[in-house]
Amino acid sequence: MEKVIAGKTIAVNEEGYLTDFKQWDKAIADELAAEAEISLSPRHWEVLNYLQTEFKNEVPLSIRKIGKSGVVDIKEFYQLFPKAPLKTATKIAGIPKPASCI
Amino acid sequence: MKHLVILGAGTAGTMMANHLSHELKKADWKISIIDEKEEHHYQPGYLFLPFDIYTPDDIIKSIEEFIPKHASLVKGKIDKVEPKENKVKMADGSELNYDILIVATGAKIAPEETEGMKGSEWHKSVFDFYTFEGSLALRNKLRNWEGGKLVVHITEMPIKCPVAPLEFAFLADSFFRHKHMRDKVEITYVTPLSGAFTKPKATEALEHLLEEKHIKIESDFAIEHVDNEKKEIVDYGGRAIPFDILVTVPTNKGDEVMERSGMGDDLNYVPANKATLQSKEYANVFVLGDASNIPASKAGSVAHFEAEILTENILRYIKGEPLKEEFDGHANCFIETGNGKALLIDFNYTHEPVEGSFPFPGIGPLKLLKESRMNHLGKLAFRWIYWNVLLKGTHIPFVSATMSEAGKKYN
Repeated sequence: MEKVIAGKTIAVNEEGYLTDFKQWDKAIADELAAEAEISLSPRHWEVLNYLQTEFKNEVPLSIRKIGKSGVVDIKEFYQLFPKAPLKTATKIAGIPKPASCI
Repeated sequence: MKHLVILGAGTAGTMMANHLSHELKKADWKISIIDEKEEHHYQPGYLFLPFDIYTPDDIIKSIEEFIPKHASLVKGKIDKVEPKENKVKMADGSELNYDILIVATGAKIAPEETEGMKGSEWHKSVFDFYTFEGSLALRNKLRNWEGGKLVVHITEMPIKCPVAPLEFAFLADSFFRHKHMRDKVEITYVTPLSGAFTKPKATEALEHLLEEKHIKIESDFAIEHVDNEKKEIVDYGGRAIPFDILVTVPTNKGDEVMERSGMGDDLNYVPANKATLQSKEYANVFVLGDASNIPASKAGSVAHFEAEILTENILRYIKGEPLKEEFDGHANCFIETGNGKALLIDFNYTHEPVEGSFPFPGIGPLKLLKESRMNHLGKLAFRWIYWNVLLKGTHIPFVSATMSEAGKKYN
């Protein structure tokens, strides 16, 4: 699927997650954040950068890991990205929705 | 004489001892299996005990009964493993040197990870059903309960048998219906996932069943604490869900022995190759069942399939041959849905559960991802199979260790 975000045509999946991280840029993040009714502050950006680094290092993401990352605690993570923070934050960061193992 | 040591005489360790006692030459290999417990529990039975479907006698036997003669059972507490020295240190100061080590120490609940969970209401109105004690306490509570809010809750993934909490909710619906008090009980299913399950097609089928049974679902709930006074669970976003009875699946962790040995990850699971089951750090260490960090379900069926492949890999390792990268994450789980029916799901790392027939393509007799009485009978028969076939390491006819795509409806 494709979607026009911040004036660019971007490849996304059915849930709106970018399928090619190379297409991501900050303007896209701002627009995806606006869709989730979030306006990105420097604190948001610290978390997003951390998530992208972990993704590049192929580290599986979980709420627990983020809580222990030293970057943000879970309480603040929820304040920054309300309701379902991991899903929202990964979408804005342009990385895949974390697969919870079963 | 060489020495193969198995840590843990649960489902995985016991199966492995049985497999290897057939395969390894007695003159060359000694097999030891270590466990501190006396009893072997049929853990799937913990689901049925609260509803008086099984009695404690149905689910408890002695560990010794299932250990093959050729293996020696070492009863005692493990202090730690020193993998660089190829040595297991026991709490009583004795030591076992090994040539090959199999880690099968399992996973268990860690309610202390969540604030207030193991508080004043623990086993009074806050219960687990992943231990015998929790399951029994819950049975006694449900026998006389007059109704109210029943909350079935998962703390975080991964957990053992990820379908068990759903089954609990379905069986509770059926239980209260039979007691003619379903109208007095409000059942809510609370999960950290975004839906009833982790895989899309199964989620759809299971959410439909939840709706049909009037079980409310609260998703994306990451618990912060249990409030014992107000009797509610609260998530990090401040969402609060009140309960009269909370049936929770606490955080699951690997055994502390792995933490003491410096062999576990942040949840004490041991990193292993997901296709060969060899430890990522030590070539002569293999990890079986719930103890490992591989992205497969933590379930007896998985340990069973793994054991068949691991047996072959251990023989290859001994001969100095390359290991087979064969384990595909195959899991096969019955899901009790109440009223004498069940679903069956069969899946692996790459293929989600779908509809179809099992084990014979196009014939069955079991139906995949569809409720049927036959599936329920399959689940009940499974207890007999567990004690008499599975633990002994006997191959289950027609069910292969790797998943078959035949007879399944993939798009």
